[in-house]
Amino acid sequence: MLKKQTLKWLFLFVLMALVLVPLLMLFAGSFMGLEEVIEKVGPVLGGNSKTMAKVFLLPDYPTLRPYVELLLDSPAFFVMFWNSIKLVIPILIGQILVAVPAAWGFAKYHFKGKKVLFTLYIALMLMPFQVTMVSNYLVLDTLHLLDTRMAVILPAVFSTFPVFIIYRFFKGIPEALLEAAAIDGANPLQTFLYVGIPMGAPGIAAAMMLGFLEYWSMLEQPLTFLKDKSLWPLSLYLPGISTNDAAVSLAASILILIPPLLVFLLGQKYLEQGIQAAGLKE
Amino acid sequence: MKRLWRILRKKQNFICPNKTNGICLKKINGSMIPILFIAPSLIGVSIFVLIPFADVLKKSFFTSNGETFVWFHNYFTVLHNDAFRLAASNTVKFAAICIPLLVVISLLLALFLNTINKYRDMGKSVFLLPLAIPAASMVLIWKLFFHENGLINGWIEGLGGGSIPFMTSNAAFWVLIGSYLWKNMGYDMILWIGGLSSISLDLYEAASIDGADKVQQFFFITLPNLIGVLFMIFVLSLLNSFKVFREAYLVAGEYPHTSMYMLQHLFNNWFTALDIEKLSAGAVLMALVIFTLILILKRLWGEGD
Repeated sequence: MLKKQTLKWLFLFVLMALVLVPLLMLFAGSFMGLEEVIEKVGPVLGGNSKTMAKVFLLPDYPTLRPYVELLLDSPAFFVMFWNSIKLVIPILIGQILVAVPAAWGFAKYHFKGKKVLFTLYIALMLMPFQVTMVSNYLVLDTLHLLDTRMAVILPAVFSTFPVFIIYRFFKGIPEALLEAAAIDGANPLQTFLYVGIPMGAPGIAAAMMLGFLEYWSMLEQPLTFLKDKSLWPLSLYLPGISTNDAAVSLAASILILIPPLLVFLLGQKYLEQGIQAAGLKE
Repeated sequence: MKRLWRILRKKQNFICPNKTNGICLKKINGSMIPILFIAPSLIGVSIFVLIPFADVLKKSFFTSNGETFVWFHNYFTVLHNDAFRLAASNTVKFAAICIPLLVVISLLLALFLNTINKYRDMGKSVFLLPLAIPAASMVLIWKLFFHENGLINGWIEGLGGGSIPFMTSNAAFWVLIGSYLWKNMGYDMILWIGGLSSISLDLYEAASIDGADKVQQFFFITLPNLIGVLFMIFVLSLLNSFKVFREAYLVAGEYPHTSMYMLQHLFNNWFTALDIEKLSAGAVLMALVIFTLILILKRLWGEGD
C-alpha cells in the first residue's frame, strides 16, 4: 500500500511540474539581462532562423535590471497599472450593487416569466464578446461614452455572470430562515440585508474573485472601446513586443500576474466554491 | 416605509392560507417585490445588451447606411463568405476537439486526485493556478515554446526529427488547444471534484458487497451520477473556449494562420473595416446558434432551476 501511494505522489509531482514549468521559465526569464534574453529567447522574436531558443529554469546571469527599468524608468507601466485598478475596482463594486439584489430576486421569489428571464440571463452569460460588440459600440457611441472609462466599466457592471453565481449561493439558503425572519417582523428588504447577504457572503466573495481574475486580464473591451492609449489597462501593455523590450516584457509579465496571483492565493477557497456553484446542483 | 410595502403587496390578489401574528407566511407570488430587486440589473442589461441587440437585428436587414431594406441579403452574403466559412468551421472544430479533451482529462485528474491523500490540496492549488495567470503574461512563453526556433522544436530536432513550424501551419491549431487545456484544466477539475464528492460513499460500499469490482463501480455508479455535472461542465468549457481568442490574438495578431482563424478574429476584422452589414448578420447568426445550443442542452440534460 505504501509503495502505491508513493508512486502516486511521484506521478502527481511530475504532473504539477509540467504545469508549473512555463511559469517557472517566465519567472526565471524575468531576472535575465538583455544579452541573456536575446541569447535564450531572441531567436523566437527576431526571426533569426539559425539558432534555437534554449531551455532555462534559472538564469545564468541573474539581474534585477529588467525590474528596475520597469519600475523606475517606465511611467507608461504605472499609468497602465492604475488604469487597470481604476477599471477593475469600479466594475466589481458596481457588480455587487447590481447583481446581488438581482440574484436574490431570482433565488427567493417566483414570478411570471422568471424561467424565461433567467434562461435569457444564462444565454447572455455565454455570448462571446464579439456577438454583442457592435451593439455595445453603438449604444456607447449614442451615450457619448466611447473613449471614456465608463465604456468598459458600465457594460461589465451589468454582466449576468455574477448574478448566476450568487444566485446559486442564495438558492442554498433554507426557506425556514426567511420565514423565521418574516415572523420576527422583517420586511423583504430587511430579510435581504440582514439574512440574505450575510449567508450569501461566500458566494459574493466567489463572484468577486472570479470577476477580478476575468477583468484584470480583459482584452477585447478596452481594445475596442478605448481608442485613447492613455486609458489602456495593463493587460494591453504587452502586445507590442520587440527584441529590445524582451527582457522588460518578461519582468512586466511577472508584475502583471502578481495581483491576480495574490487574489488567487488569498481566496482560493472562495474561488473553488464559486466555480462549483456555477457548475453543480446543490 | 410600512405603508409603501403594503401598497406594493396589495397588487396581488391571493388569499393568505397561513397567517401567524398577522404576517403572511406563504411565498409572495406575483408581487412587485422581486421586480424591485432585479430592476437595476434588468435595466442595465436592457440598455447595454438587449436594446442594442434588437437594433443590430434590425440593422442586419438593411444596407449599411440603413436606408434600403434588403431582406435576407446580408445573411446570404455572410453564409457564402469564404472567411466566414473558414472561421465558423475553425471555431466549431476547436470546440468539438478541445471540449471533450478537456472534460476527459480533467475528469481523470479529479479521479486521480481523489485517490491521493497527502498532497491533494497542493495538487488542487497547482492545477488551478494557470487560471489566475493573465493571458498577456503567458504570451511570451507560448511564443517561446511553439516558435519555429522555439523550445519544442529544439527538443524535436535534438531527437533527430524535423522541426514543426507551429505558428505558421496547421499545428497552430494545436497551440491554441494546448494553451486552452493548460489554463482550464484546473477549472474543470474542481467541478469534477465537487461532483464526485456528492456521490454517496454508501453506494460504493453496497456495490462492493454485491461483488462489483472497481471498474464496474466506476461505470455503473460514478459515471451515471456525474451526468448532471457534465452538462454544466460542458457549458462552462464552451464559454471558456471562446476566451481562447485572447491568447490567439496576443500571440498571432489579427490575421493568424488560417487554422487558427476563428469567428472572433473575423468579427474583429469586420469591425475594424466597419462592415456593418456583415457584422450584424454574423452576430445575429452566432447568437442564434449559441442560444439554440443552450436550449438543446437544457432539454437533453434537463437542467432544473
